[in-house]
Formats: sequence, structure tokens, C-alpha cells
Amino acid sequence: MSQNPILVFVETTPDGTVAKSAAGLLGAAAAIGEPTALIVTAPGLSAAAASAVAQLGAMRVLTVEDLRLTDTFIAPLVDALAAAFENVEPDAVLLSNSVDGRDLAARFAVRAGLALAVDAVALSRDEEGVVASHSVYGGAYNVDSAVTSGAFVVTVRQGAIDARAEAQEPVVESLTVAPSNTPAATITDFEPLISNATRPDLRGAAKVVSGGRGLQSAEKFVLVEELADSLGAAVGASRAAVDAGYVPQSYQVGQTGVSVSPQLYIALGISGAIQHRAGMQTAKTIVAINKDADAPIFQIADFGIVGDVFSVVPQLISSLESRKA
Amino acid sequence: MVNQSVLAGAGRHGGSIYRQWCGDMKIVVLLKEVPDTYGDRKLDLDSGIADRAASDALTDEVDERALELAITYADSHSDTEVVVVTMAPASAAVSMRKALAIGGTSVVHVADDRLAGADTGLTAEVLSAAVARAGYDLIIAGNVSTDGYGGVVPAMMAERLGIPQATNLEAVQIYPDHVEGKRATETGLYTVSAPLPALISVTEKLPEVRFAGFKGIMAAKKKPYESLSLDDLGVVVDDETAARSIVVAVAERPARTAGVIVVDEGTAGEQLADFLIQNRLV
Ligand SMILES: Cc1cc2nc3c(=O)[nH]c(=O)nc-3n(C[C@H](O)[C@H](O)[C@H](O)COP(=O)(O)OP(=O)(O)OC[C@H]3O[C@@H](n4cnc5c(N)ncnc54)[C@H](O)[C@@H]3O)c2cc1C
Ligand SMILES: Nc1ncnc2c1ncn2[C@@H]1O[C@H](COP(=O)(O)O)[C@@H](O)[C@H]1O
Repeated sequence: MSQNPILVFVETTPDGTVAKSAAGLLGAAAAIGEPTALIVTAPGLSAAAASAVAQLGAMRVLTVEDLRLTDTFIAPLVDALAAAFENVEPDAVLLSNSVDGRDLAARFAVRAGLALAVDAVALSRDEEGVVASHSVYGGAYNVDSAVTSGAFVVTVRQGAIDARAEAQEPVVESLTVAPSNTPAATITDFEPLISNATRPDLRGAAKVVSGGRGLQSAEKFVLVEELADSLGAAVGASRAAVDAGYVPQSYQVGQTGVSVSPQLYIALGISGAIQHRAGMQTAKTIVAINKDADAPIFQIADFGIVGDVFSVVPQLISSLESRKA
Repeated sequence: MVNQSVLAGAGRHGGSIYRQWCGDMKIVVLLKEVPDTYGDRKLDLDSGIADRAASDALTDEVDERALELAITYADSHSDTEVVVVTMAPASAAVSMRKALAIGGTSVVHVADDRLAGADTGLTAEVLSAAVARAGYDLIIAGNVSTDGYGGVVPAMMAERLGIPQATNLEAVQIYPDHVEGKRATETGLYTVSAPLPALISVTEKLPEVRFAGFKGIMAAKKKPYESLSLDDLGVVVDDETAARSIVVAVAERPARTAGVIVVDEGTAGEQLADFLIQNRLV
């Protein structure tokens, strides 16, 4: 038996690819105990995922192959996690704070009678056990939480953990799961999100360039992407830009979108409403370009330009290009 | 629709057969009152609990969209009841009356001082008991609240109630015996379908809530409003053995301050390039 096992649920896509969140989860787990990973895939897909997960630092990998996965929503995952929990007897169970991760954490915590904390940005230990740290109200407060008894179930903010665990030799066991047959929703269709392979992911990116309603149209929003590409940055947006259809919802930064803490955040044509700031004000350096000198974004900008994005940004891009050369 | 007091596997057992000769539909909408995100929100530095006095309180925007979805269904299905369920201090009655004015049929409001600082597990336990008592075919929640940022209470309730869930839906179709929707995740867009009774949660992609008209405001005054305590629900909070998540430390981050602001006179792009290079940001 290992010392202080930490159970990590690793998400996979329907084709068995390990989610990007796995590296941070295993990094966080290794800092507070010995990471054991659980992966649940459709039949035939677990072996490749298991070795990828060992590479990311899992000392033990439990695999479950379940035919129900393709058409049964969440229930097979809850059954598998409950079985893995009994097998591993961990101090904590870590999951990604993704849409699926939250659903699974919620159902599992109720089924196992455990306490749950969501959206942790760091994990640590004190004399009494595992402590989860959170960044609350848009980074205005840091809050630590712990459990009164039992193992702690924690979802971890995507991109928040920089620590990485050492690669391990794969130790893989397949786990037998008794299906609980709880009523479940049926998945009737899936359209994978095509991610831009050349651009970094918004979550966890070191640099982010975001555009707002000031960009005026989807066609003109390309300016944001041009600056992002010249800096090697991820692309974000305000809710107004999403609502206006310039970019998909997955780009939204803020209260009800993604929370980012990059080294550099550049806000273009964004007023800086409090709900937008809630998702980016923990960035190390904030740059804003807005033609309204009274825009609230300037209250938190390290470098602000009162000007028109359509003249300042092209000049910035060409100035950076000429100095690179 | 009959009231139900069984918790395990609540909802209408064998619902689809029953529904063939009984066209009614009971939709529960879960409304949470939160501090207004337009204001500065405060946490109590001793307890880590929201400082309610520091901000205006209102129904979370996404929950209002959940209410709008239920009322839109009721508009075209006259046998529909829309029961608003909340767990909140008594002061939330103002927000809940507004939900009645907009078109809700009745309110079930669990208010109990012992619930201050309840974690997600206890919240889900209390709300599950309340909806099981009220009876339901479909439960509609918001996907994530703007204060807790949890996004877990709905799924916790579905597990407790033993019903299917379809969370984070950005498009929804409600039918007499099932519900369908588009569920957006980080990996893609799923189409999901669940037989009733079921629980769904919706995102801010759904339409905004309508305004309450004068007639609605007048009608709201006569609508049923039930206030419940924990004892009414038979939920015990001071169970020493229950696993709860608790706050062990709270600290306020210093607010950010403004830095250099330049007004563009034709060279601001160059100046910004200098700034980025000097600070090793490129
Ligand atoms: C519950 C709730 C949750 C919310 N969640 C989010 C969230 O997650 N993320 C989010 O972003 N918002 C969120 N909002 C919305 C938020 O309140 C604002 O409405 C939104 O952020 C505004 O987006 P914007 O700054 O792009 O648009 P606007 O406020 O319209 O600002 C556009 C800015 O562009 C400037 N501009 C125009 N043309 C130019 C030009 N040529 N050059 C330079 N500048 C120009 C204007 O001066 C203006 O300041 C939420 C609101 C609520 C109520
Ligand atoms: N105290 C509450 N009263 C009513 N509904 C709630 C409460 N807490 C959570 N909910 C519902 O659950 C959703 C998600 O909440 P949360 O898990 O806190 O992010 C909310 O949008 C509400 O619909």
C-alpha cells in the first residue's frame, strides 16, 4: 500500500485522448501524496491513455473500459470512481473543474458521503490533512478550505497548477466495476470542438490578448488574433463580443467565463466591467487599449493607451515585427 | 399533480404512463439569491461567509434564464405549474416575489439561520428535500452561481433524488415525457436526452428573463408562498459525523492600482512595444 494515496480522475475525450488538465492534476497530487490515476474509456482505448498518464506522473493507473460510455451520460464515470475510491482509499480525490469534472465530483461526493470543494487553484497539506486554496470573487480574496472528516473531493481550476510530477513506469491495473443502474441521460450526438492547434489554450496561457465590443464585427476581430499570433498568445473575449457573435463562448473571459492569470493580459476595446475584471485581474501585467479615457479597465491597467485599436494595434504589430528582425 | 413526500427516487414513479392521462407538468426552478456582481462583493474575514450587508442582493442572472425557460414552456402548455424553490435568508422574499410576478406559480422558500455558510453538500441536501416535498417532473437550475462559482449543487441533487441530469445546456427542448438539450463542454457539444423526471441546468446562452408587467406584480401578491424551516424538512444540520467542507483561512488581496496611461498621439503603438520589450513580455 502506498503512503497517502491521492486519487486523480483523468478525463479523456470519446476517442481516448487524455485531457490537457491531467498534467496539472497529477502535479498537484504529487505535491500532497502519491498519485493514483483513474481513466475510464470505451473498450480498447485504455492502454494508450494509461501509459500517457504514467508519463505525467501517476504511480498507479486504474483503468475501466465501459461500453456504456459512448451513449450514457456521467453514470458510468460515477460507478467507476466509486469503485476506484474503495480500492485506493485515498486522502483526497482530485478532478478537473471542467463541466464534466464538476458533474462527476458532485455525484460522486454525494454517493460516497464526502465533502466537496470546487475550483481550487492550489493544494497543500497541514497537520490535519489536505487543504484546498481558492481565488474568490474574481481574485479579491484567497480562501482556504478543508474537510471536517473523510477524504476531500476537490475540483481544480484548469491551467492553475504549474507543478508537474515526475514520469513513472506504468503500473496499470484494470478495475472491475458493478454498474449501479441509476437513471441517466442519453448522449445522442457529439461534435468535437476543433481547437486551434497553433495557438495556446486560453486556460493556463502565459499571454492572453482579448477583444471586446470595440472590435465592432467578427471580421474586424481578426485584429485581436493577429496581435495574439505575433505574441504567441491565446485569444480571449468579453461577454459582449461573444454575445455579438464575434467569437465562440469558449473564448469568454470573466465571471461567467474562463478565469485567467497570465503573465500578460492585453484588453482591446474592452470597457473593463467588473464581471470581466473578475476573470483577469490576477494577471501579472495588464495592458489596455480603449478610446474612452474613463473606461474602468484603466483603473487596473499597468500600461493603458487611450486610443483607437484600429490604429494602435497595427502600429504595435509592425513595431514588434521590425524589432524582431 | 400530486404532492410527494418520498425522497429516494422521488419524482413521478412510472411517470410516462401516468402522463398519458394527465397532461400536467410540474417544473421546479431553483433560484439562488446572490450579491450583485455589479457592486464590490465582500467576504466576512472571520467566517469566510458572504457579507450580505455589503452588496445588493438579487436573483442570479443565469437562474432567471432558467425561470424564463420554464415560463416559456408554461406559455404554450397551460397545465404547467412553475414552482420556484430557494434556500436563502428570509430577506430573499423580495426576489422570489419578483419571480412570481414574472410568471412563477408558487414559491417554496427554505429559510433557517442554521443554514448560514452551508456548504454545497448541505445545500443540495436541503434543496433535494424541498423539491421532493413539492413534487416535480422537471427541475431547472442555473449552471454555475456567480457567488459560489460551484456549479455542483444541481448534479448533487440529481444524485440524491436518483434522477438523470443534463447540465450546462445552451439550448433546451422540453417535451411532455422527456427533455433534450445541447450540452457544451471544453471538448465539444453533446446532444443529450433524459426521460422525466429529470434535472437540467442551463447556461447564459439561454434567453434573458422577461420583465414583470403591472398585472403580474398584482397577481403575485395572491400566489402561494410557503416558508419552510429545516425541521419542516426533517434535515439535521448539526450532525457531527457528516463530512462538510469548511473555510479555514480568508485573506483579502490588495486591490490593483492604475499604472501609466498614455493618450495616443500617433506613436502609442511604438510606446507599447517599448514597454513590452523592456518588461521582457515579448
Ligand atoms: C451576471 C453577469 C455575468 C457577466 N459575466 C461576464 C463575463 O464573464 N465576461 C465579460 O466580459 N462580461 C461579463 N458580463 C458583462 C459585463 O457586465 C459587460 O457587459 C461586458 O464585459 C462588456 O463587454 P465590452 O467591454 O466588450 O463591451 P462595452 O462595455 O460595450 O465596451 C466596449 C469598449 O470598447 C471601446 N471601444 C469602442 N470602439 C473602440 C475602438 N475603435 N478602439 C478602442 N476602444 C474602442 C469603448 O470605449 C468601450 O469601452 C456579465 C454580466 C453579468 C450581469
Ligand atoms: N441556495 C440555493 N437556492 C436555490 N437554488 C440554488 C441554491 N444554490 C444553488 N442553487 C441552484 O444551483 C445552481 C448552481 O449553483 P452552484 O452549485 O452554487 O454554483 C444555481 O444556479 C441555482 O439554480
